[in-house]
Amino acid sequence: MTAHFRIAIIGSGPAGLSAAAHAASLGLAHVLLEKTGHLSDTIYKYQKGKHVMATPAQLVLRAGGDTPFAAGKRETILGAWDARATELKINVRYNAEVTAIAGTGEAIPGSVQKIVTRKRDGSSATTELQRHAPPYRLTLADGGEILADTVILAIGTQGNPNRLACPGGDSAHVQYQLDDPGEYTDEHIFVIGGGDAGIENALGLAADPAQANVVTLVNRGAEFSTAKDANVKALLAARDAGRISIMTGTTPRLVEPGWIVLDTPDGEVRARADRIIARMGSAPPRGFVEACGIEFTSGDRLAYPKLSPVFETTAPGIFVVGALAGYPLIKHCMNQGHDVVEFINGNRDLKPADEPILEAKFAGLPGRRSVADWLERLRSRVSILGGMSPLQMREFMLDSEARFVPAGEIVFERNTPGSSLFGIVEGEVRVEVDPANPAITVPLAAGSIFGEVGLISGRRRGATIRAGSDCILVEISRGAALKLMSAVPAAGREVTRITTTRSLQQIFKSGLTPDDLAGIIATAKVETVRAGEALIREGEAGDDIFIIRSGSMVVEKLIAGKPVFLNYVPAGSYVGEMAVIDGGPRSATVRAAVKADVIRLEGAAFRALLDAKPELLARLRADMADRTRLNNFIEAKKDSFRGLVDMYTGVANFLVDQGVGEATDVLLIDEKLCVGCDNCEKACADSHDGLSRLDREAGRTYAHLHVPTSCRHCEHPHCMADCPPNAIHRGPTGEVYIDETCIGCGNCQRGCPYGVIRMDKVPPKKPWLLSWLLFGNGPGPGEPPKAWAYKHAKKGVETPKKAIKCDMCAGQSGGPACVRACPTGAAIRVSPEQFLTVALLERGAD
Amino acid sequence: MARAAISRAPVSRAVVRAPRDTAHEGFLTHRRGLWWKVALALSLVVSAAYALIDQSPRPNGGTALGYGLGTLGALLILWLSLLGLRKRIITRGAYSLKAWTSAHVWLGLSLIVVGTLHSGFQFGWNVHTLAWGLMMIVILTGLYGIIVYARLPEQLSANRQEVTQPQMLEAIRALDAHLDNAAQPLGPDDAALVRLSLEKTDIGGSLRQRLGGSYARDGNARALAAVRGEVERQRLAGKPDQRLAQILFLLERKEAALAQARRHIGLKSRLEIWLYIHVPATFALLAALAAHITSVFLYW
Repeated sequence: MTAHFRIAIIGSGPAGLSAAAHAASLGLAHVLLEKTGHLSDTIYKYQKGKHVMATPAQLVLRAGGDTPFAAGKRETILGAWDARATELKINVRYNAEVTAIAGTGEAIPGSVQKIVTRKRDGSSATTELQRHAPPYRLTLADGGEILADTVILAIGTQGNPNRLACPGGDSAHVQYQLDDPGEYTDEHIFVIGGGDAGIENALGLAADPAQANVVTLVNRGAEFSTAKDANVKALLAARDAGRISIMTGTTPRLVEPGWIVLDTPDGEVRARADRIIARMGSAPPRGFVEACGIEFTSGDRLAYPKLSPVFETTAPGIFVVGALAGYPLIKHCMNQGHDVVEFINGNRDLKPADEPILEAKFAGLPGRRSVADWLERLRSRVSILGGMSPLQMREFMLDSEARFVPAGEIVFERNTPGSSLFGIVEGEVRVEVDPANPAITVPLAAGSIFGEVGLISGRRRGATIRAGSDCILVEISRGAALKLMSAVPAAGREVTRITTTRSLQQIFKSGLTPDDLAGIIATAKVETVRAGEALIREGEAGDDIFIIRSGSMVVEKLIAGKPVFLNYVPAGSYVGEMAVIDGGPRSATVRAAVKADVIRLEGAAFRALLDAKPELLARLRADMADRTRLNNFIEAKKDSFRGLVDMYTGVANFLVDQGVGEATDVLLIDEKLCVGCDNCEKACADSHDGLSRLDREAGRTYAHLHVPTSCRHCEHPHCMADCPPNAIHRGPTGEVYIDETCIGCGNCQRGCPYGVIRMDKVPPKKPWLLSWLLFGNGPGPGEPPKAWAYKHAKKGVETPKKAIKCDMCAGQSGGPACVRACPTGAAIRVSPEQFLTVALLERGAD
Repeated sequence: MARAAISRAPVSRAVVRAPRDTAHEGFLTHRRGLWWKVALALSLVVSAAYALIDQSPRPNGGTALGYGLGTLGALLILWLSLLGLRKRIITRGAYSLKAWTSAHVWLGLSLIVVGTLHSGFQFGWNVHTLAWGLMMIVILTGLYGIIVYARLPEQLSANRQEVTQPQMLEAIRALDAHLDNAAQPLGPDDAALVRLSLEKTDIGGSLRQRLGGSYARDGNARALAAVRGEVERQRLAGKPDQRLAQILFLLERKEAALAQARRHIGLKSRLEIWLYIHVPATFALLAALAAHITSVFLYW
């Protein structure tokens, strides 16, 4: 007979375990199904001794929760959970992988789910799934079955590792993870898969020559296209040093005990293999979840399941909590595990754990409404929020702020950095379009948005915004805005349309109204240009005009058969207008310095606009005269200073290659002046808790211009892309900084293509400088040596490793300490548009 | 060295950045040469005063002008010696160490004029001339410092070729590991040569070697010469031993890696060595200055 439970919980991570614990303490008939042989596999797989953090600090762990959790060592946390599971007599079934969930009741009329599966060739197929009422039958991998009235899915987002498909792929010496590379010695090990996981495993196994492992990395492709640049470099260096062998274009054909047979480009190879570690990515759990009858918010790869305010999915009786629901942090997960069991148990009045946080956010607003009222008001009033569910609104509001702004007060000023988007809930704001005359304003009414240019391009604010009447505004952080645009496609389209109109107005000014622009906006297309790809080619016909929405471009011209760097064009500028005006072929090549988004406007529509607006034509002609003058300047220089122009092009291209194209502020060192005293590093360490955020000597050099390993404060920081506690922000002076909520996960470090983020502990305080100068106490200026820091660390206090990066010395009135403390003037901090100019020519001319 | 960015490329854009000082000037030309102009003016004014003001019976530290120059000189020396502190105390306010260095260099040079005129060219074997002598030692070593600061960074950068010092040392260690492996099958005589390279190589060497750059008698150089001779001899005799040829290859690579690291260390030594005279001499000067001032007031 099949066991029947009130609640089946799938996955025993923080969310599932907390749900099971609460069900157990309420005395509900439950079963906790865990795929592996232990609880909480994701945390179990953390490196030994890892410090697990408990952020966000402002989020309280439910007092009524039944599972203990506080920041601490991995072992302590897992131990406490195991003990608690035993104490509460949670009904756990280990090694129970659920392969299917299906309703066994009546077919629910009209409840049909369409599942779209995309194939590699781009085509897609749709299958329809009729939903059935509970109870649900859960089929296990070992053939067993379980019946349950309700199901809580808490399976996280890790998915299942892709398995070796070749014969023998299930042999005992094939494994899909590597917990501790130090465990293996004197083995012949094959790592299959050239992604980051495979490369990191292979490097770990070969790191210590004393282990004497013979490590081979097998990659299906000829290149390592999915891995991070830094990992590939480290791998190639390890190969050159003879520590690792690499086989590219190779796939496993057969696994035998102690051996592996591979298909290589040169034919079949049989090799000794004591251990095979397959790291070939993992299948996201989406397919399984959809097959249960659960719909997702969109087809986007990052989309989450559609959920009601009580975490119920589109399949009645199936609930989703934790990372799969879009909440990756442990405390969120544990609270939701508790809450969902309360909901299932009939408690429909339970306020979510984030209620106090949201209450605080709305506390400053007039008109005492409840949180639910405010959320609904925001959703119904601000046009782009219309498509969100109540649960999405809660989540969205956690990353956003609601503000009351009295009439006449400034919301933000022109030229201040900022990437947040604003929605007007009540009242109106006025945009000061003319910096010279603040009296000229354009009103924006309730329901509208502003600040979108900063959001899209990552550049500074283009105009000052002032409250026209008493306003209630919602400030949406960049992260929340991007999530919103991917979750609600209509919101994304609306933002794009508004951005295009406003950037045209801002660039061309001349009093253009949205009506004037309607014709040309209709022809606008957003296109993405890959780094290095040419948007416009010199000599070709074409009269489309392009607005650079994000990223940046370089302009080059062929002079005497060689491309000469003419100009650097940042986001917010336009290119291609010369051909529209003079009707000739393209006069120069425009190439993307980094991946860029551009808006393409059709030349014919643009010419019609020019005919209607003669003052716009005059404006363009003036800009064009400037550009022509620059061309002539370079042309004139090229005869007298051929080498100089080459050098100028070389330096400019070098800087663009070094990522200066997406930088907003970069540290450069003139190695004609640098005496190698490292005072910049010392100053950096001494003005930031004793840790230096820059490595002067490392990095690339061209023509004695050195780009050290130091943050470039990118327009769209790669480090921000995947920060679970959302701890990385852009500060008021343009700096990208990490706040104290960092959990030390290292995602930002892996995400940074320039390797400027380090994970480290804050060293103990050093004795006073004079006591070092006079009596030799302490390690002196700069970052203390590791040994000293270790010796003087407070005993018994665990300092976690956190992500450390340059914050441009924000809050220090003198500006960046590295530049202030350079005795010779070698270190300078510049923005690319300040540096990538003809000033470079003058640099060489001295 | 470059001047400040003078002209800007014409770029039409919606968003204009706030202006910010990014002057790309070296310490010698800081603020378009403000401090050499100040120092030159100071020297000219002091020289003119010395020439024009009547000092009877003869120019001396004890005349009114002499006292003036002495006070000016002493204050300058005190201020100049504070650069070492300024460099190490990282405060949060707006200061520029480059500006300090610039003023230090040029005002320090003008001290030759101020200090010498203060003496009225009266030299002897006494504590007063000792102070002047120490001052000249400090200034001349500083002058040497300016010369190496102006010339060597470019060589340092060119030699480094994007490799950091720890990487240079790591490369040598890696070659040592290869050598150790490759030497396993060799006979005792040849293995002894490899041991010579592994055990008797001193990367930095003595101070004299660092400054002179001659490492011909070093372990690796001797091992390389011996192995090269041996392989050459075998080649003439017929077929050279492949294992020894491999050793020769590794020794040559190590010699090249050593040469780069040693040039790096040598250049850095030359950028620093003068400070080992400049700074202690400054302390001696401060002591002598105190003695000079005290004695003048006590025995006047």
